[in-house]
Amino acid sequence: MMLIPEDIAAIWLSLKVALTATVLALPFGFALAWLIVFRQFRGKVVLEVLVNLPLTLPPVVIGFFLLLLLGKNGWIGKVLDASGVPIIFTWKAAVIASATVGFPLLVRSIRLGMESIDQQLIEASRSLGAAWYDTVATIILPLSLRGIMAGSLLMFARSLGEFGATIIVAGNIPGITQTIPLAIYDYASSPSSVTMALSLCLVSVLISVVVLFVHELLGKKLDRRSAL
Amino acid sequence: MNLRIAVEKKQGSFLLQVNAEVSGERIGIFGQSGSGKSTLVHLISGLLQPDRGEIYLDDECLFSSGKGVNLSPERRRIAIVFQQAMLFPHLSVKANLLYGYRRCRTENRRIRPETLIALLKLEPLMKRGVHNLSGGEKQRVALGRAVLANPRLLLMDEPLSALDDTLRFQIIPYLKSVSEEFGIPYLFISHSILEMQLMADRIVVISCGRMAEPTTPDQLARNSMAQSPKGYLNLLHLSGPVQNNGLYAYPWGLNTLLISDGEPTGSSLFELSSRDIILFKKHPDAISARNLLECTVTEMFDSEGRVGIVLSVEGEKLVAEIVRSAAKELEIRVGSTLFAAIKASSFRKLA
Repeated sequence: MMLIPEDIAAIWLSLKVALTATVLALPFGFALAWLIVFRQFRGKVVLEVLVNLPLTLPPVVIGFFLLLLLGKNGWIGKVLDASGVPIIFTWKAAVIASATVGFPLLVRSIRLGMESIDQQLIEASRSLGAAWYDTVATIILPLSLRGIMAGSLLMFARSLGEFGATIIVAGNIPGITQTIPLAIYDYASSPSSVTMALSLCLVSVLISVVVLFVHELLGKKLDRRSAL
Repeated sequence: MNLRIAVEKKQGSFLLQVNAEVSGERIGIFGQSGSGKSTLVHLISGLLQPDRGEIYLDDECLFSSGKGVNLSPERRRIAIVFQQAMLFPHLSVKANLLYGYRRCRTENRRIRPETLIALLKLEPLMKRGVHNLSGGEKQRVALGRAVLANPRLLLMDEPLSALDDTLRFQIIPYLKSVSEEFGIPYLFISHSILEMQLMADRIVVISCGRMAEPTTPDQLARNSMAQSPKGYLNLLHLSGPVQNNGLYAYPWGLNTLLISDGEPTGSSLFELSSRDIILFKKHPDAISARNLLECTVTEMFDSEGRVGIVLSVEGEKLVAEIVRSAAKELEIRVGSTLFAAIKASSFRKLA
């Protein structure tokens, strides 16, 4: 296995982007899942479709939309540009791309976790004097922990592999926005760098295996705790 | 406690339309499944909002579509005991018990956790996880949790339905004692007439989303005598038995009842179906039934083709059930003297 400093930078950047995207998306994912599972309101179906859209759209399309939105002339881009915070072609753009693409997976998992909570537990909590936010914090959050954890890991893994949207909004600048998949893409384009590509592929496999192991172990631990 | 409820709630094709006022400390709400009992529990507790109407508890408005009042569930101070215990699976027994107590304002905390834990005998369960409790233990913890929230009203939504008979009659004394001890009125919701007889003083019958005028448990048992598989259930609290040839002889008023399924000591609760009492116009010379009681008819009532005969046995009361033709043939009238024969095995021990 052969890794040059640029590869190490790509690995660190991938981990940083995936972690930041997941952490940033978590509160929004939880809030949206809660809205969808526990609240009745008009336009719920529209919201569900919107949340799930990135799951079915080609990532390149999402990247393109993000570019329109965050670019110099985009709604958000204009504001950010005026306040001196450039987004496009920085690692922050890669975070936004990853967060958008992985978001539906996060919401889906948390939703499944929340849907498995017996409605009467929530009713019991309310009738015992807990306000709705108290019930969210003391009953819904701990009981959907498994879904939250599964969703976060799934999103983290999806972010690590994000390519299509990232290359459009963040580009492929070694040391700045080049993540593992982008570096592999670079290596794969030149026949002389097959070994280098293979090394990064191995790193990718390794990280994925670790993520899946953590997922299993945490899942078992949570199961044991709830069986006590 | 006074509960005034006049509400309407439509759920799909089901319409609940209730207009009733009930007063008392031990109120039963009786109805078959699908009658709207659960919806009613949700409406009273604030977990469901009526389409229109008003709900008043002791002159405090909980809901009024006219006045635009809708108190949230946590502010109503109405705790629910569900059919399943619904203990929070991620919390310990202690944390479950104190969940409502911790959320109760200090000035409303009348019931101390230690007192309740002693009354419900929960001490041995405190260190166990909620997953290591039996069905009856779980229900006791759930009851404790509801009571410790120091509610103004307890809603017991079929709390005994998920338990087997033995456990059910073990829990009933706890349900009654917490309410009596701490002065918490309750609404006891059930589809069992026996539970109504044991738990309630006043009963409101709900069927197809409508409520009838309040009645008494005895009247409910009489009305449902013909339909109920066991007829009218006579409930007898007996104590101080003497063993007698393999049977238990319990004093009952001035008489003695011979019962096969007794307990050597202490007091027990027995049920006796109105259909297990055979009536004789004259004293039968020889009879295999171990109990033969001379009695007077004090009242007769109709229940869909059957006749209920209320018998006075030296001041004690029993209800027997016969078909109309038998009543005619035996010329039974109020004041008639009859002999009631009851087999020793007809008494079923409940607790």
